[in-house]
Amino acid sequence: MRINCPLCGKRDRREFYYMGSDDYMRRPQEQDHQAMHRYLHLRDNPTGLGPELWQHEAGCGAWLVVERNMSTHEIRSVALAETVARAVK
Amino acid sequence: MGYNAFRVFKEGLTGNKGWRPAWRDPEPKAEYDVIIIGGGGHGLSTAYYLAKNHGITNVAVLEKGYIGGGNVGRNTTIVRANYFLPGNSEFYSHSLKLWEGLEQELNYNAMMSQRGIINLFHSDGQRDAFARRGNMMVNQGDDAILLSPDGVRQHAPFIDFENTRFPIYGGLYHPRGGSARHDAVAWGYARGADSQGVDIIQNCEVSGIDIEGGRVTGVQTSRGPIRAKRVGIVTAGRSGQVAAMAGLKIPVESHILQAFVSEGLKPTIDNVISFGMGHFYISQSDKGGLVFGGDLDFYASYAQRGNLPMMEHVMEAAMTLMPAIGKAKVLRSWGGIMDMTPDGSFIIDRTEIDGLYMDCGWCYGGFKAVPASGWCMAHLMAEDRPHEVAERHTFERFETGDLMDEEGTGSQHNLH
Repeated sequence: MRINCPLCGKRDRREFYYMGSDDYMRRPQEQDHQAMHRYLHLRDNPTGLGPELWQHEAGCGAWLVVERNMSTHEIRSVALAETVARAVK
Repeated sequence: MGYNAFRVFKEGLTGNKGWRPAWRDPEPKAEYDVIIIGGGGHGLSTAYYLAKNHGITNVAVLEKGYIGGGNVGRNTTIVRANYFLPGNSEFYSHSLKLWEGLEQELNYNAMMSQRGIINLFHSDGQRDAFARRGNMMVNQGDDAILLSPDGVRQHAPFIDFENTRFPIYGGLYHPRGGSARHDAVAWGYARGADSQGVDIIQNCEVSGIDIEGGRVTGVQTSRGPIRAKRVGIVTAGRSGQVAAMAGLKIPVESHILQAFVSEGLKPTIDNVISFGMGHFYISQSDKGGLVFGGDLDFYASYAQRGNLPMMEHVMEAAMTLMPAIGKAKVLRSWGGIMDMTPDGSFIIDRTEIDGLYMDCGWCYGGFKAVPASGWCMAHLMAEDRPHEVAERHTFERFETGDLMDEEGTGSQHNLH
């Protein structure tokens, strides 16, 4: 599996650290343990396309939002997490 | 129809014409008292103990494929009770005791082999941690012996004791651990459940869960709707999808774990050996193949095949531990879907929907738990309260923070 880092180009999967679903992008601001529970633990766990958070750990260090198919490992899109976060705001 | 040596002998002399299928292939009825979704090891043992311990025999086990075709027929077959934390410790202890009587209980040869497990350690700190774990195991009533390097050498002279990076400081030996024939466990429970009246329905995929007024009323399947007031979801790596049919979101992310088998070799490895520094473990099957595996591929997946980086890592760990393995050839490999929870421990609990229960989150430790998982899930479904050895394995623990993080690696699903 290779991931096309927007800054470095196509690199081997071994250069990247996997964090999990992009739920990690939406940390709740309020002091609410239920919201924190949902954020940390509960997952959609899709079989098809799912956005997730990777880091180009052994490369530029950028956090990336990768849209990947969980059943085929095909990667649809890769974007800088920063860009995605700004677009949401 | 009981199995025994005399029958094997008699059938051998009469052309093996007297054998019959080990379980029926019934059409699904319109309604059951209990439906178990998932005919893997855990689902079948749940059905078996519902009938055996609780007298509930009007039960259907719905399996989308065939019995023994999932993870229960594709794993590294290790059975052990070397857990540390209260909650896990008594559960796996209970499971190992059930394993020890399983073949007599089921009248089925599950090839249970208590060949002993050795967890190697490579530093003073690790030795202390294993000594503590060993004490916990002994306190639980199980067995553990701290081996010196010479003690390990008597069991496994072939490993690299002088490795520069990871010299062998000793091992924690768990004599009652070992391995069992994985698919025979599924077949044995299937036959045992069927003989008590449970319907095992293969090629029957569940596509929906019917809920009325917060109560489960049945399921929609590829073989038509089936009604039941109690439904258990026991679908391992597919737990998230089946839970979603009931509108539930659960603390599970599905990951791939790979394992490997070498060509058949003469007897070499007597025990199960784990090499924690490479997250590597190995044993030898009764056919002679070396059975070994490593860590997750680390990213979520339903592909049932692994990727090459982890394969390379496992081979490197194998070569580090026992260089002689380089002469063997890998025969095959596979990847199974693991239902990973944020604390690495499993869930046997009610859901927010009345009559709907879940048994999931086995991470990559489901095989050794097959008997006790079924025992506790059957208890929960029959009596609507948890069995005492699984009462801490709730959904709620993630909300309250009462976690059972055996490895202490944090709340990320893939770190356990």
